[in-house]
Amino acid sequence: MATRLQFENNCEVGVFSKLTNAYCLVAIGGSENFYSAFESELADVIPIVKTSLGGTRIIGRLCAGNKNGLLVPHTTTDQELQHLRNSLPDSVVVQRIEERLSALGNCIACNDHVALAHTDLDKETEEIIADVLGVEVFRQTIAGNILVGSYCALSNRGGIVHPHTSVEDLDELSTLLQVPLVAGTVNRGSEVIAAGMTVNDWTAFCGSDTTATELSVIDSIFKLREAQPSSIVDEMRKSLIDTYV
Amino acid sequence: MDQDSSGMFKVQQTIGSVVCCKCGVPMPPNAANMCVNCLRSEVDITEGLQKSIQIFYCPECGCYLQPPKTWIKAQWESRDLLSFCIKRLKNLNKVRLKNAEFVWTEPHSKRIKLKLTVQAEVLNGAVLEQSYPVEYTVRDNLCESCSRFQANPDQWVASVQLRQHVSHRRSFFYLEQLILRHDAASRAVRIKQVHQGIDFFFGNKSHADSFVDFLSKVVPIEYRQDKQLVSHDVKSSLYNYKYTYSVKICPICREDLICLPSKVSSSLGNLGPLVVCTKVSDRITLLDPRTLRCAFLDARQYWRSGFQSALTSRQLVKYSVFYVEPPVGEATVGGQKYALSYVLIARESDIGKMLTVQTHLGHILKTGDQALGYDIYGANVNDDEMAEYRLHGRLPEAILIKKCYDKERERKKGKPRAFTTKKLPMEMDESRGGRGVDPGKMENEYEEFLRDLEENPELRFNISLYKNKDYQESDETASMTDGEGAPTVPIEELLAELELSEEGEGDGEDDMDE
Repeated sequence: MATRLQFENNCEVGVFSKLTNAYCLVAIGGSENFYSAFESELADVIPIVKTSLGGTRIIGRLCAGNKNGLLVPHTTTDQELQHLRNSLPDSVVVQRIEERLSALGNCIACNDHVALAHTDLDKETEEIIADVLGVEVFRQTIAGNILVGSYCALSNRGGIVHPHTSVEDLDELSTLLQVPLVAGTVNRGSEVIAAGMTVNDWTAFCGSDTTATELSVIDSIFKLREAQPSSIVDEMRKSLIDTYV
Repeated sequence: MDQDSSGMFKVQQTIGSVVCCKCGVPMPPNAANMCVNCLRSEVDITEGLQKSIQIFYCPECGCYLQPPKTWIKAQWESRDLLSFCIKRLKNLNKVRLKNAEFVWTEPHSKRIKLKLTVQAEVLNGAVLEQSYPVEYTVRDNLCESCSRFQANPDQWVASVQLRQHVSHRRSFFYLEQLILRHDAASRAVRIKQVHQGIDFFFGNKSHADSFVDFLSKVVPIEYRQDKQLVSHDVKSSLYNYKYTYSVKICPICREDLICLPSKVSSSLGNLGPLVVCTKVSDRITLLDPRTLRCAFLDARQYWRSGFQSALTSRQLVKYSVFYVEPPVGEATVGGQKYALSYVLIARESDIGKMLTVQTHLGHILKTGDQALGYDIYGANVNDDEMAEYRLHGRLPEAILIKKCYDKERERKKGKPRAFTTKKLPMEMDESRGGRGVDPGKMENEYEEFLRDLEENPELRFNISLYKNKDYQESDETASMTDGEGAPTVPIEELLAELELSEEGEGDGEDDMDE
């Protein structure tokens, strides 16, 4: 079920948080409201880590990750890197990459199986992505925009893309990603989907400006109504039990 | 799979549809990602624009007030009114005006309704178009000039008193036609006819100034200007005056016989003492009938000497022409052809006495014609110099002035003329009982003036003559074909009057003047 929230009176929640199936990163805000909203949804299921990247709070747009790994830009300090390594589960590989395009969240859109990358990304970066995140990488554009990470919100069950995407593009992307896609908006008609919301397989968080119509579209494309966290966590519990021992 | 000009193939792009973020209706994506209705409900681009306003209208002259002081004339539901109404709206430059039109309102309702369609940019670059009505309340308010006129209709600021001290009103008839043609008296508040002249009243000194200027260009005049204090504002030192121009027209008219004083005669190169005035415009043209020499005097030159005419057209008498000798000399003076020749004539009233005189009309007189001229031998002239000349026998016995068309006119008696003239709206002077203008005399003089117009094409030059609707052409064709007919105004010179009939059709002004 999708939730509406705000970060310090700003509706762009995808900028200040990163949600995956294994962990959740949130930015350090003045009040604890943002953090507690995530906590109330995800507390027992996945770890929620408060962090900054390169001293900034726009962590959602700087890093890219899924349940297998997390990629952070070269601007990340050593302390932040260590903090992340300490807080995240061991199965998650945290890797800092040297890349000219340092806003990795804007350049890479990924779920647990497949990723879309900015067309100008380095060859090595692409290899690192494939390696660390364990995904198949496709260089693509969305509605003529090269910042695929900003204009597309992806989960293992579905995705939303920029509203001006043509029908043929939508079909092509859908075939590549192997998930159903829809062209839609978030935050009362904003086209920058990934900045306005953050999503994983069973829950989504959107800005408070999101209208009921947009919320229903999100719910339907990401199949959030039937999804229960328990089914996924059951799978994970097997690995968790292993670690206790 | 189309190929474009550079040879690359492009996949055809079909625009998909998204749901409106507010109401969920599917629609093609746009900049705001909201359907038009949601956008309209969200944003009102007419916010802050004036929807009702008051305008002032003067019912007397049909003008609308543009503050602070200008009054603009406009018809009901005309383009001028539309642009005036739009100009009165404030803040309209914030949006782009696409269309404006009138919505029908009852004319007595004192309301004008406009429907304006405006465009403005909203949200992220989406352009929204919206129509809205504006209501204008019309309030009646007399404009300044109308209220001044209502208070005192005889109010004038400047007056021009035009006088000519001669016994006939021919010059004034001619002037009247000239003024009508050039629209010089259109701004006159009142026009009054008085003995030996006309008074023009104006609301503005500059109007009177331009009228006097116009007069100086068409007739030789002398004038003086006087002013009278009406009121005086001490605090701001504003003085209100009434200005009066006393304008005198030169008393020399066409066809007058003049005996020049010796000084003037010698200054003009010994022009014979007897001269005939042939044309009066802004200069007087004097023709010596014996030498066929012309002299031109303008107003200033005339008033330096100020001579009077010896004999005027009242004293013209009829002569019969018995024999015309071939011309001894010809000259073209001032556009007019003259031929000097000797003729044998006798006065109608005294046929027995034959005279041989020299005349400048040799080119138009033939045996058996009638002519009008001055009988110098028998005239009683109040002029010392002329009396002296006569004593020494240096004056001819008669001078012929023009050919007489009375016999030909007999045929056309009672039939209407081919043309009519317009008149100025003049008031008659009723104040002076016995010395007032006699209507019977005026009619005769006007008839003579019209005859003059027919005979002289150069007089018609600056005048508009209109087609007479009652006139039938068939009568005239007979006499047009033979050369002996009385002179008439050719049809090509006549203007058709502009008629605005109920059906809205107008007779165009076919201006085929020379």
